[in-house]
Amino acid sequence: MPELPWRLEKRASPSRIMRVSAPVIAVLAMVATGFVLFALMGKDPVNALDLFFIQPLNTPYGWGELLLKATPLALCALGLAVSFRANVWNIGAEGQLTLGAICGGGVALFWGPQLGALALPATLLAGIVGGAAWAAIPALLRTRFNTSEILVSLMLVYIAQLLLAYLLHGAWRDPEGFNFPQSKAFDDALILPLIMQGQRATIAFPLMLGLAGLSWVFSSRLFVGYRMRVSGDAPAAAAYAGFSETRSVWLALLIGGGAAGLAGICEVAGPIGRLQSDISPGYGFAAIIVAIVGRLQPAGILLAALLMSLLYLGGESVQLGLQLPAAVTGLFQGLLLFYLLAADLFVGFRLRRVADPAVLPA
Amino acid sequence: MSGGNPSEAVRLQLHGITKRYPTLVANDHIDLCVNVGEIHALIGENGAGKSTLMKIVYGVVRADGGSMDWEGRRVLIHSPIEARRLGIGMVFQHFALFETLTVAENIALALDERVAPAALAPRIAEVAHRYGLPVDPARLVHSMSVGERQRVEIVRCLLQSPRLLIMDEPTSVLTPQAVKQLFATLRRLAAEGMSILYISHKLDEIRTLCDNATVLRAGKVSGTARPREQTNAQLARLMVGGDIPDLPMTTHRAGPVQLEIEGYSAPARNPFGMALRHIDLKVHAGEIVGIAGVSGNGQAELLSALSGEALGPHEGAVTLCGRRIDHRGAAARRDLGLGFIPEERLGRGAAPAMSLADNALLTGWRAGMVRHGLVRRSLAKLSARTTIAEFNVKCDGENTTAERLSGGNLQKFIVGREIRLSPKVMLAAQPTWGVDVGAAQLIHQALIALRDRGSAVLVISEELDELFTLCDRIAVLTGGRLSPALPRGQVTVESVSLLMTGTPSTAAARPEVNHA
Repeated sequence: MPELPWRLEKRASPSRIMRVSAPVIAVLAMVATGFVLFALMGKDPVNALDLFFIQPLNTPYGWGELLLKATPLALCALGLAVSFRANVWNIGAEGQLTLGAICGGGVALFWGPQLGALALPATLLAGIVGGAAWAAIPALLRTRFNTSEILVSLMLVYIAQLLLAYLLHGAWRDPEGFNFPQSKAFDDALILPLIMQGQRATIAFPLMLGLAGLSWVFSSRLFVGYRMRVSGDAPAAAAYAGFSETRSVWLALLIGGGAAGLAGICEVAGPIGRLQSDISPGYGFAAIIVAIVGRLQPAGILLAALLMSLLYLGGESVQLGLQLPAAVTGLFQGLLLFYLLAADLFVGFRLRRVADPAVLPA
Repeated sequence: MSGGNPSEAVRLQLHGITKRYPTLVANDHIDLCVNVGEIHALIGENGAGKSTLMKIVYGVVRADGGSMDWEGRRVLIHSPIEARRLGIGMVFQHFALFETLTVAENIALALDERVAPAALAPRIAEVAHRYGLPVDPARLVHSMSVGERQRVEIVRCLLQSPRLLIMDEPTSVLTPQAVKQLFATLRRLAAEGMSILYISHKLDEIRTLCDNATVLRAGKVSGTARPREQTNAQLARLMVGGDIPDLPMTTHRAGPVQLEIEGYSAPARNPFGMALRHIDLKVHAGEIVGIAGVSGNGQAELLSALSGEALGPHEGAVTLCGRRIDHRGAAARRDLGLGFIPEERLGRGAAPAMSLADNALLTGWRAGMVRHGLVRRSLAKLSARTTIAEFNVKCDGENTTAERLSGGNLQKFIVGREIRLSPKVMLAAQPTWGVDVGAAQLIHQALIALRDRGSAVLVISEELDELFTLCDRIAVLTGGRLSPALPRGQVTVESVSLLMTGTPSTAAARPEVNHA
């Protein structure tokens, strides 16, 4: 068997500095690759990168957009991080987000006027409950029948999206909407207030910041968070200590689903203002990358969500400015994750040249 | 270096073999010489570098420096295939056999030449017959005991007519009878001119079997000896580098029954598991009861029945401190006062990537480390620090992750954590397995001290020496059945080992004069 002259060797102690700087290195590598890609496509790379990363933030409106898109990303990612730390791989946040929008939107459309001052809180709550209920399906199937939550949560994404389309093409369609698959616009009282005039970010952003704080308390201070971390890190140790795996799986999925549901309702009760068939450009999936890039830590997730949001904005910007396809956003997201995983590998391992003949003839 | 006895012809000579890993030097300029027809012992504590050295000889691991002569010729061995071609065979400590295949199929898979299992069967039978290793080529491996499986591995090696046979801790899984049989076979092989490298830390065995010994300590040769001319204490001093104090034996006063298993039967959990059949056992406050037997005879199932980690269908009852617990989970049992030292340290007894402070919390949280659902981190850290200090755990403090501790130190931490909870009933599975002599001594002392404070202690172990030094009463678990627990004075190593091979339990009732 031919052997490569290089071996991956586990490092004795991974450097703490490198662990923290791996995401930064991944970002730099992503930008560098973007530079080469733009050049290959015949665009001036400096101009393209400027258009991608700098131009979107040139105006206060642009900063508002940054916060606006970072909010659902961070909300989903915060919930997913709790889940991932417990070794529960919920990758269906996109579907839970959709259900959050449907349930919250349903409350807003049909009971909004009757609820008065409680309407907005009730709408948000319904969004959370909807997302959590959608995530309860993989939880039930995993704890009862030992199915894979990865597959179930993913497949439920498509069901959720079709359910939304079904409602918007039928019962919930706005009768005065020229047959577009969209609902009536929500009452103004049911739209989240803006942080400030002249941009579109809503109070969902400070709400998300508060939840990030809560998430930190949950994971590092609460005993229930500790038990879930043990379940994720060492399931046999959790069983040994008597921590219930079922409970951990349920909590992980309900928290992740609830957070994604909140992200969904904040989108429709925010910048969108009604239910429509495309409510998310894949926030629920991008949030997986945000959670991983953010090291499953609240502060890291906030930064990663801002970066991912910028990738969305930059993608739109080069679509308009350079007539590049929308796929460019996905390309940069993929590059980022790829480089981060590669950087992580080298944090834990080093490449060593294998000394040639092992036993040297004297 | 002293020459071997039967012949002065050198079969294997190592010069200055060195192997460095990022964190340690596993082998530091090791010289070793094995003659034709010699049984040579390689002894040392866990982590002394024995296994690494043997893997280098067998071509699994490459050395960073040094050289190797095989029958007078300088050789470079790059792979086990080359080693086998030269005439080196190795029986590993953990067998690599497919349980769902027959003996012949397993051996056919492992041979370098391609032979049909059917064609191999007569050759297997012949080798098996010649060396007194009864093995049926057509049997399925899962139906075989550990001793029988080891025979399969030895036969596999012998089929290739090796001139050097390396055996890594071969008796760690064998009953005393099987050990005797193995030794007879090994002596016969040596008499025919085969050289044997025998790795072990069991000094009695080495003194009965081996012609010469090379002792490793911390990756270096700490001495060579003729084991037959040495006492255990002398050999142990070479291994450990100091004297090992004797364990003070105190008498105990047994109190009320704290743990009772009555007529407990449970089916096997998996196709290769062992069903428990009508287990009866009482453990009193202030006594240590030992359960001897080779793993795979229901040990895992019995532990599971007692720890509550996986509840399943069963008959009979388990009572802890007067409360039925057999339908209650692990958490409820711990609430009632159960402590448990599991066999697997990393991943079960401790979460690998978590700090020792977090691991102190794992079972120690009941001691006030959680209030209103909030973790009191300072108390968890204090608890970890106390355990580290009291149990002499070598580490970089309570923020070190569990995976960075050596096996022995992690075990000391886990034992310390469980003991400091002062459980009314302590369950210990292979408490000193793979632990160095000094740590084993400390763990034994801690368990005895726990007993003297009035806890009921149940130890399940494969090491008879351990059970005879530690336990007030000893029972044997074989084939899913438990013999009556008899006072240590009424059992001998011989009577226990008879029970381990499955002889009816009346054998243990025979009153015998004890040597201990």
